[in-house]
Amino acid sequence: MTRSDRLSLAHLWVAIVAFGVASAMAFMQALSRASLDLPWRSAKMYYLSVTAHGVLMALVFTTFFIMAFGYVVVSRTLGREPAPRGLAWAGYWLALAGCVAAAGTVLAGKATVLYTFYPPLQAHPLFYVGLAFLVVGSWCWSMVMLLSYRAWRRANPDAPTPLAMHGMMATVLIWLIATVGVAAEDLTQLIPWSLGWAPTIDPVLARMLFWYFGHPLVYFWLLPAYVIWYTVLPRVAGGKLFSAPLARLVFALFILFSTPVGFHHQFMDPGVSAGWKLLHTFLTFAILFPSFITAFTVTASMEVAGRMRGATGLLDWLGKLPWRDPLFSSIALSMILFAAGGIGGAINASFGMNAVVHNTAWIQGHFHLTVGSAVALTFMGAAYWLLPRLSGRELELALLARVQPYLWFVGMILFSISNHITGLMGMPRRVYDASYAGSTVAATWRGLTGISAVGGLFLFASAAVFMMVMVGTALAGRRREPEPIVWAEPLELEPARRTIFDRYLLWAAVAILLVIVAYAYPLWTHLRMARFGSPGFRPF
Amino acid sequence: MNVPLYEKIWMWASGFLIVAFLATITVGVAGSALQPPSHIETIDPTKVWNDARFAKRGATVDEHSATVVLIAMMFAFQPAEVHVPANRPVTFRVTSADVTHGFEIVGTNGNTMVVPGYISQFTTTFHTPGEYLMVCNEYCGLSHHLMSAKLIVEAQP
Repeated sequence: MTRSDRLSLAHLWVAIVAFGVASAMAFMQALSRASLDLPWRSAKMYYLSVTAHGVLMALVFTTFFIMAFGYVVVSRTLGREPAPRGLAWAGYWLALAGCVAAAGTVLAGKATVLYTFYPPLQAHPLFYVGLAFLVVGSWCWSMVMLLSYRAWRRANPDAPTPLAMHGMMATVLIWLIATVGVAAEDLTQLIPWSLGWAPTIDPVLARMLFWYFGHPLVYFWLLPAYVIWYTVLPRVAGGKLFSAPLARLVFALFILFSTPVGFHHQFMDPGVSAGWKLLHTFLTFAILFPSFITAFTVTASMEVAGRMRGATGLLDWLGKLPWRDPLFSSIALSMILFAAGGIGGAINASFGMNAVVHNTAWIQGHFHLTVGSAVALTFMGAAYWLLPRLSGRELELALLARVQPYLWFVGMILFSISNHITGLMGMPRRVYDASYAGSTVAATWRGLTGISAVGGLFLFASAAVFMMVMVGTALAGRRREPEPIVWAEPLELEPARRTIFDRYLLWAAVAILLVIVAYAYPLWTHLRMARFGSPGFRPF
Repeated sequence: MNVPLYEKIWMWASGFLIVAFLATITVGVAGSALQPPSHIETIDPTKVWNDARFAKRGATVDEHSATVVLIAMMFAFQPAEVHVPANRPVTFRVTSADVTHGFEIVGTNGNTMVVPGYISQFTTTFHTPGEYLMVCNEYCGLSHHLMSAKLIVEAQP
């Protein structure tokens, strides 16, 4: 095992453990939704588990998986160890310490503030300090990625960046721009206020800073999944990447449009003017475009694979694809779910229409199709592919691994469709008990919440299978020489020279310019307005 | 960049779809003033009970319209029952006495965040008389799910 693989494995295992704990928390919510009279069922337990599930899935599982995958991409596309190694390990330990602190405060019941931690709900200071450590740790990772790229670029001044690394460069740049918002919120507002140094806090300013970070966070999750779709999937499917230059364009467009869109999470907020919300709406729709291209290119790559495996008819290429390979089936199924989730996202972003779905069960139905499927299912599929290649152990319980993506798919269909419908019927999200003292309208949600709970059980079974395969492989997998990590080849060879897509400083500069256009004026007028701060509350 | 024909068609179609989405939003804004609640007015969140703007809570109805003033608090709306007339524009003015809440009239497009220090305001018209459920839709503490109130829309003779 090389040093860089040890680094990747260390990150991967934090992601897997976080996923396991977060899944257990989801199980408790599913049972609670079914209104079963279980002995440990209580409102305190429910809201605690919502918080722990959100923090561990959205912030810990994703970030650590992406850090692991980033180091794999550096070592396998640039042909060099991620460096400086000390900085990489410092980032790992900082982020891990931060996660343990934040998750520990949540599990101790001192930070039941959900993963969005909107003030003036006030968590224990250790929760906010833990988050700061996680962010700083991820910055160390970002620096290692950038420095490794720079060292490679010096040795290869004229070569195009390998496609997988190109996608990871976009991921890193988006992350660095986005985390400025959450760092500002955490360091200037939340930490001083939770420690009692500042008596009050401005919740709308906090929401602006959080969502400045909160939407590009979505692309920080999604882009590594896209990297896997573009550069791993075609090869595993037995084909080639349909169009490499468009893949490069897609990642570049994400650098530009990921950040200046945060107000579409604040459509229903007072204190933010409608005109700026409309501008963010337009920019939000611009970001649909690269995902539309991705849908075509990745599907076309699958067709190429099917035809290379001997298909000749209009649709028989679908049947030739390796549906028993867990990486392939995970991604194919996650794409189907993501297509529905993406269209739902366009509805959420539709300015006036948002009022019908805002903070209803529709929203959890939506993001379990996007981050909960397109991202999480892809990462699980990728873990089956990655773990044997990094650890030199054969995948244990491979038959279970084959079934697992389908279990997730069925569970997510049940969970997501029922939540979209109850959302349209007006059921709020994240409620321990949706009976509202015998309200007649609330009674109409009943049957569907039951279906949602059944979906949750399927998802939990799927997550449990995933954990068994991972742990089984680590403990009992047969040792052997690991297969090499090989990336998909493009159908048409790319020119062997640098192009505009390799000019990352330029893309980052335009992205920052767009951020200034979208945020500078509203932020400035907000800070100049006469505002009243709010003291903290701990109703948990 | 060499883009295959079918993908070119797909890209143009995607671009057209996005423009069509944005056109419907623009028509909604220009034609029917379909806008999210975006009122900008601040208030001292520690003194809402003494603030003149929130002294008279509940509905005030005149011949052409109605205004409903509400305070959201852990874990109730004040007042807990409101009566408004059907087919007249009703303006809701809501603020919070403690944490951030949500305010949603189930089955309608009445929906806004209620953030301490700020006053949320939106106007809507109810065409169907009957009893509506008003709920908090933003997590606000361990009894969040108990936070609701009644809205009675009364038919007009």
